[in-house]
Amino acid sequence: MTIVPVIKRDYITKLAEQGKRIDGRTFDTYRNIEIETKVVNKAEGSARVKIGNTQVLVGIKIDLGEPFPDSPNMGVLSTAAELIPLASPDFESGPPREDAIELARVVDRGVRESQVVDVEKLVITPGEKVWIVFIDIHILDYDGNLFDAASLGALAALSTTIIPAKRFSEQLPEGYQKEDFPLPMSKPPISCTAVKINDFVLFDPCFDEEIIADARLTVATDHKGDIRAMQKGLEGSFTRDEIQKVIKGALDNGQEIRKRLYQSIGK
Amino acid sequence: MMKSDIELIDSEGKRLDGRSPHDLRKIKIQAGVLHRADGSCYLEWGGNKVIAAVYGPREAVPRHTQNPLRAIVQARYNMAAFSVEDRKRPGPDRRSVEISKVISEALERVVLTEQFPRASIDVNIEVLDAEAGTRCAGLTAAGVALVDAGIPMRDIPVACAAGKIGGKVVLDLGKEEDNFGDADLPIAISPRTGEVLLLQMDGHLTVDEFNQAFDLALKGCYTVSEIQKKAIMEKYQSVAAEVQE
Repeated sequence: MTIVPVIKRDYITKLAEQGKRIDGRTFDTYRNIEIETKVVNKAEGSARVKIGNTQVLVGIKIDLGEPFPDSPNMGVLSTAAELIPLASPDFESGPPREDAIELARVVDRGVRESQVVDVEKLVITPGEKVWIVFIDIHILDYDGNLFDAASLGALAALSTTIIPAKRFSEQLPEGYQKEDFPLPMSKPPISCTAVKINDFVLFDPCFDEEIIADARLTVATDHKGDIRAMQKGLEGSFTRDEIQKVIKGALDNGQEIRKRLYQSIGK
Repeated sequence: MMKSDIELIDSEGKRLDGRSPHDLRKIKIQAGVLHRADGSCYLEWGGNKVIAAVYGPREAVPRHTQNPLRAIVQARYNMAAFSVEDRKRPGPDRRSVEISKVISEALERVVLTEQFPRASIDVNIEVLDAEAGTRCAGLTAAGVALVDAGIPMRDIPVACAAGKIGGKVVLDLGKEEDNFGDADLPIAISPRTGEVLLLQMDGHLTVDEFNQAFDLALKGCYTVSEIQKKAIMEKYQSVAAEVQE
């Protein structure tokens, strides 16, 4: 660790002892969230999400292809994340590295395991032809908490996605629908992330908090209040009580964020 | 589709999107849109959406790229996977490497590189939505982002293209015009001196047509240059207003 984060760590923990954070939030509150959908014309679905200064753009492209041999009755989802050098002085160009791959996989799991996209409805001819959904996550400005921003961006973008059946009509079999239709979706789970610094648990960490954090926990909860995915990161550890605390905060914040998401996609 | 199938320009000189031969597409520029970057710019040019971020001057790595006498300018042009009709595989391809190179060279001419020996000025250009003319849009955005980053420059570089469609020389080719037109001539200039910083052409032009197209593109550059300056003024006025509060 270089000298600057050490000084910042000191400052952040001193504030935390007084129950404060560097940007004036309480431990449980999120920064301001903005969601804007349909921002890229060429994409079949897209969304720009801002959480504080963090800014993420997610675009969805749809293509025709073959299903995986072990799941002939399901469409294909593919998620990729790029930590492009535009977003931070520390990001470098080149093939995705650990961080980008972890981010893409966590978002992918959130979308896949929650079955928010009804992949069975993406089958055209079982075992032969299905719709492939590409989720591409572009980080534009990195000020912490990419997990939540990227997940929220992916959900907002998917919710506005239109399957371009008309454009592919010549490659579609007889009798299959030739008009564009919305991507079949169910209610999405919302990811909320907290970090631990000393004994303090802070939700929605900004960059300065994130780089000094001991441990990180992401919890995705659904509209019924059930847990749908979790991911712990970094070297530090959580106690059972701390995990409970994160789950509770994830449920409370998740509700609010879900409302925001519905507003932005007009539901 | 064959190029003869569509009429790109009608007998009255009206183009597919309703523009006349000397019209630019709609351009919107906003400076200082990113928090982490030293300077940034968001630009919409017709259906193009481009964002540029500048980092630096900072130590050039790897070290063998350092120049002991001056800074290097490293532009990186990248297209988002979802910015085009058929998904583009992420990462650099031959086209984007070439565009990155010609943009780097164009910018290097205007930046006062001798002030920062061994340093690198990194310009990242991300194309979020593409509709013909992304290199001009990217370079124009990069010019504003460099100013926003406070990089000392001789001038604010600006780019614009002209071309030929249906036998007529026109300004700023749109998507179909680029795909099915006869020629495309993107140029970048330093508007104060009129020096040409970037010039590429593909297609077929007579010498006479080239001269017409060049003059038209030059005029386009000056128009876009005014929009750039306005965006920069707006940025600094908003900063000044914040300071006064």
